[in-house]
Amino acid sequence: MKTRLNLLRNRETLLGITILVLLVVISLLSPSFMTYTNIVNLLKSFTVLGIFSLGVILVIISGGVDVSFTAIAQVVQYAVVYLFLNNMQGNVFLAFVLAIIMGTLMGLFNGYLIHRYKMPAIIITIATQNLFYGLMYVITKGQLIYVIPEYFWKISNTMLFKQVAPNGAVSGLSLTTVIWFALALVVALLLKFTVLGRSIYMMGGNPVAAQRIGVNSRNTTLFVYGSMGAIAGIGGIVHVSIVQTVIPNSIVGQELQVIAAVILGGASITGGKGSVLGTLLGVLLFAILSNSLTLLQISSYWYNVFTGFIILLSVFLNAMQEIQQQKQKIRVNVEAAS
Amino acid sequence: MDFITIQHASKRFSGVQALKDVSFSVVKGEVHGLIGENGSGKSTLIKILAGVLPADEGDITIEGKRITSYGPLTGIRHGISVIYQDISLFPNLTVRENILLGRVLEQNRKVFTKREYAERVTRILDDLGVVINQDELVGELPIAQQQLVAIARALNNESKLLILDEPTTALTRQEINQLFRLVNNLKSQGISVIFISHKLDEIQELCDSVTILRDGVVVASRSMADITLDEIENLMVGKSMIHERNVVERVSHEEVLAVKDLTKQNNFADISFTLERGEVLGIIGLLGSGRTELASALFGIAPADSGTIVIDGKEARIRSVEDAVEYGIAYVPEDRLTQGLVMSKSIKLNVAIATLDQYTNSLGLVDTSKIDTLADEWIAGMSIKTDTKEKVARMLSGGNQQKIVLSKWLAMGPKVLILDGPTVGIDIGAKAGIFTTINQMAKEKGMGVILISDETREITSHCHRVIIMRNGRFGRELVGDEIDDAVIQRELDEQKRVIAQNLS
Repeated sequence: MKTRLNLLRNRETLLGITILVLLVVISLLSPSFMTYTNIVNLLKSFTVLGIFSLGVILVIISGGVDVSFTAIAQVVQYAVVYLFLNNMQGNVFLAFVLAIIMGTLMGLFNGYLIHRYKMPAIIITIATQNLFYGLMYVITKGQLIYVIPEYFWKISNTMLFKQVAPNGAVSGLSLTTVIWFALALVVALLLKFTVLGRSIYMMGGNPVAAQRIGVNSRNTTLFVYGSMGAIAGIGGIVHVSIVQTVIPNSIVGQELQVIAAVILGGASITGGKGSVLGTLLGVLLFAILSNSLTLLQISSYWYNVFTGFIILLSVFLNAMQEIQQQKQKIRVNVEAAS
Repeated sequence: MDFITIQHASKRFSGVQALKDVSFSVVKGEVHGLIGENGSGKSTLIKILAGVLPADEGDITIEGKRITSYGPLTGIRHGISVIYQDISLFPNLTVRENILLGRVLEQNRKVFTKREYAERVTRILDDLGVVINQDELVGELPIAQQQLVAIARALNNESKLLILDEPTTALTRQEINQLFRLVNNLKSQGISVIFISHKLDEIQELCDSVTILRDGVVVASRSMADITLDEIENLMVGKSMIHERNVVERVSHEEVLAVKDLTKQNNFADISFTLERGEVLGIIGLLGSGRTELASALFGIAPADSGTIVIDGKEARIRSVEDAVEYGIAYVPEDRLTQGLVMSKSIKLNVAIATLDQYTNSLGLVDTSKIDTLADEWIAGMSIKTDTKEKVARMLSGGNQQKIVLSKWLAMGPKVLILDGPTVGIDIGAKAGIFTTINQMAKEKGMGVILISDETREITSHCHRVIIMRNGRFGRELVGDEIDDAVIQRELDEQKRVIAQNLS
């Protein structure tokens, strides 16, 4: 009884099982699902969301939230591509370095305001989202950039573990997906084995206790939002390498879906809970769901309906468990009637 | 030998003298009780000892060495740990991490693995004689075990002085026994303990010596053997008062509440009793006897499974708090902070909140001038200490908060008032004021009162009738002259003894 409960209570296990069941069902219904080409393409198309989710998990564990990261990614993307086209000679390495610097600065700005003025992170980041995004529009007049330097799209076109189909088509794991997984590993190690990582959990779990025990709340907050910014910057570059055009309104608007994936992965919006593995599984579940709808030729309008349903279901499961535990709790050892 | 000595310490906060020339010392390996009313300077003194707050003047000597500069980390480095009332652990982390992270931070390490500390944590828990799964999340443990984890964390920091700030408030008697055994165990290892509690009998049971603070001054610091509880009480308040029997005259024998065979699984069983108008009925039992659960059921918070409740001759179906309020039941909970007040709202709103629909104008909108009048009335009537009725509830002391909760319900003019531990965590002076008002309401308006408490003298001073509760059932009933401190205390001690026996 107890082990069964624990198994279901562990979000990663629950998600893993759900994904497995989905995989079996979908591959039975659509033979083209379980093909190498489909899987690597699927991973590639969810790479940007996956990268963003790694920053969001940090912020959410710390007890905060950030909705400005899409704007940061957008601004960084536009700025880097524009600079490389007009002002300087660029390359891939420099693109990432610049993106990380710019992203970090914007993230630190968020972190500073949140820590210094103790204002709700949601309000601050709604404001800075509009601020960053708006300024970009004012400066660029919203012009698209159709032709980008070749080295950008080379990132996503570089393939590992290549396979050649009988018809000559080549497929393989995109370098962007590798970036996503490598970043996931870094964030996971940080959260699990460093004092800084555990401090993020401490701050999210009980901020007062964290301060009493010697956690530096200012530095931790700055680190969390700064990292979110840096990761958003990386996401911005990866995005342009996949899309191969700079469209100024193509990233902003995705933030809620990323946060939804993180929550689905077991993170608690009140802070202190969540893991990289859960986040990855949350993103994968979304990916598989969207892909299977396409393969099964169901209208993509249904995607949102399913997304909403799955989030409701996962919240519902949590709530039911809580209620069940409350009921079974013995409050008083009532004496048997004599 | 003294572990720590503080001499001539003073502390002022913007015009208020919190501590005045306080000298105080704790001997190595003793349990030292620290008591005083709210606002007497206990918390200030603890914070100075812990290094969280600097004293304006005064010297601190630890193990014979004078400490010149004293900051937050100095306390920890000298082996002083505070177990705060709110426990201050991380519910989202495991037992092991909670125990070791403080030390990891203090050592300024960047990376750690759980394995390198596992053995140490195991040894500490073994030494404490505590059986807890180290991989369990702290948030899933009962409060008592969380407290043990907090103590284990302190020991991991190599504490030599443990400060326990009202540790027993949320514990059952069984858990208190366990905690006390643990404290005695630490004592035998040469660790000093400062024990803060409002419950004098606990101080007497556990402490070797006691220091009493009043208005920021040490009024006595003596060995426990040289002082009686009555003396302690008088020293705390500064005058002899309160606990003489103070039962109001009965106005009628009309029945206002009749409960029959009330049962709730895992909470209580077969509860039957009646309450008359103007009567004060005491229900006394240890924590875990089902007393609070019974009150929750009567007030609809966690309704009973079966049984009947009759109010004014009519059967009342109480399934929710709204139902209970409708039938004229009011409830002042034990945990006033989370259940009784909207902490971020003003006094006047808190007073009016339960009866808001009575203060509307002809359009059905809330008439703030009526609320102002109401608030003024109750602030004066209950002598709530505040400069303005606009002050938010959080800013007030425990006693004044309790008075607001009480005002809110009394403003409703209830038929039955349930008071659950009405004076937990508030000082004796405020207690007396609260009971004066309650008695007056019982006498003038014929309100029936159910007083639930585990403080014997609170019960014996004010009740017409007392029922002793145990293990979810009603036991002995005492009426009039039978109500006696000694009799009730004997019953409770017997219960404690049985629990202790089952434990060992």
